[in-house]
Amino acid sequence: MSFGFSTLYISLVILLPISALFIYVSGMTWDQYWFAITDARVLQSYEVTIAGAFYSTVIVTFIGFLLAWIVTRYDFPGRRLIDSLVDLPFALPTSVAGITLSALFIPTGWLGKWFDVFGIKISYAFPGIVVAMIFTSLPFIVRSVQPVLEDMEKELEEAALMLGANKWQIFWRVILPTLIPALVTGSSQAFSRSLGEFGAVIMIAGNIPFQTEVTSLMLFVRMQEYNYQAAAAIASVVLLASLLLLFLLQIVQSRFFKKA
Amino acid sequence: MSKSIKRPKQFHQWLLIGVGIALTFIMLILPLTLIFTQAFSGGIELLRANLNEDFMQHALKLTLLAAILTVPINLIFGILLAWCVTHYDFIGRRLLITLVEIPYATSPVVAGFCYLVVYGVEGIVGKYLYAHDIQLMFAWPGIIMVTVFVTAPYIARILMPLMQKQGTEEEIAALSLGASGWKIFWHVTLPNIKWALLYGAVITNARAVGEFGAVAVVSGTIMNQTLTLPLLVEQLNNDYKTAAAFTAAGLLACMALLTLVLKTLMEWRQERREEASDGSPERPA
Repeated sequence: MSFGFSTLYISLVILLPISALFIYVSGMTWDQYWFAITDARVLQSYEVTIAGAFYSTVIVTFIGFLLAWIVTRYDFPGRRLIDSLVDLPFALPTSVAGITLSALFIPTGWLGKWFDVFGIKISYAFPGIVVAMIFTSLPFIVRSVQPVLEDMEKELEEAALMLGANKWQIFWRVILPTLIPALVTGSSQAFSRSLGEFGAVIMIAGNIPFQTEVTSLMLFVRMQEYNYQAAAAIASVVLLASLLLLFLLQIVQSRFFKKA
Repeated sequence: MSKSIKRPKQFHQWLLIGVGIALTFIMLILPLTLIFTQAFSGGIELLRANLNEDFMQHALKLTLLAAILTVPINLIFGILLAWCVTHYDFIGRRLLITLVEIPYATSPVVAGFCYLVVYGVEGIVGKYLYAHDIQLMFAWPGIIMVTVFVTAPYIARILMPLMQKQGTEEEIAALSLGASGWKIFWHVTLPNIKWALLYGAVITNARAVGEFGAVAVVSGTIMNQTLTLPLLVEQLNNDYKTAAAFTAAGLLACMALLTLVLKTLMEWRQERREEASDGSPERPA
């Protein structure tokens, strides 16, 4: 009974809409399809999205790692608060994140004015996209790394210390290798989340054609122009990319990081 | 709690902590402060007036409706799915586990658009529905449908590892004592997973309240009809009604803070239970 219901539910809720998209796309001619997905403005949006997701993932991996590290390793006032607040980007609706970050980083904003001194524009420019993506993907890194850091056996580090390893050697040779699977999982989740991020990004990016439009927004724009075919074509590209990422991660996890 | 935790002593440790606190302040505390400062910027009177606006009230009700309907639906689905992948071994079990991750990996805008393709005027199912005057897209049912899609994996993902770990011994024992399926579920399975369920419900609720991309596609953004709070924030911001936009944002931020408090309380409870069970001998399985 539960098997039948679960399968039915997955088919109806998840598989039907997704296959419908591909059926819809298959009704287009190849030329139409190709034209829709290689439109100059759309091509530019792929570049912006991928670049934004890449930079933000690199940065957020460091920030997330640092936060997870201090929260699990050191006892200091405010530790509990940081631990709880890390989930804020997850709990806060993305549009709220977008409007807030954009207000923070405009040239007259609390943070934007410091960057304005150096002539750096963040809101309504490319760095804004990166900032929004960093914010929304922060919990993914922290929550993947944290449990591994907590479970890590102190003995291993002590053994290394006894054998005369210095702090850096312990970090590079003992701690980091254990953390790699969690870091890979966290970063790829952050990356895939950033690729699809919409609410937070569109409210800070300024959405200037050929400059700060992300692919999700292009899909939205085509839809509002009632150009459903072009929208469907773009949607299929995004969907294929994210499914590919999902399966790739599954394979990597089961092949290389299998627990003994 | 991990035994490796210690008071920082050396300079570089304090430096790391300092950087961490600074980052938390800039990335998390400052934005939160800004939301409430902006919401109160026009004075308490304006805030009250904004809260009493029709569109605000309506958006709040719609948002809560979406959450109230979505959470139970996915609660039931999550239990059933977790039950069947942890209790039975069948062909396609791994596939089922992967499939349920799809909404997690899919961009919400794409998800919303897929629903539009199926249930919209020209859609496969939509054509038939429209012929019978049933409109799902650009109306509230569509909002619920995409919200259910987006939040489908959360409860299942929380339950699966837990039910895997607990195994089926207790249930088999109950079965051998002659308990019926429902009785086993109510008296054996449910008490074991009730905290995880509550946790899952809180997470699902937070996501359901805040969903933007998918809802933006299927809502049609009709004032007083299909605007949820997150959409209202964007709409008001586009209309340069900053104070009102931040009032809506403040409401959502309050809900987010409530989520965090509940989540933290449940995690502390879990930690204390683990600490308590550390000292005592393991229960015989």
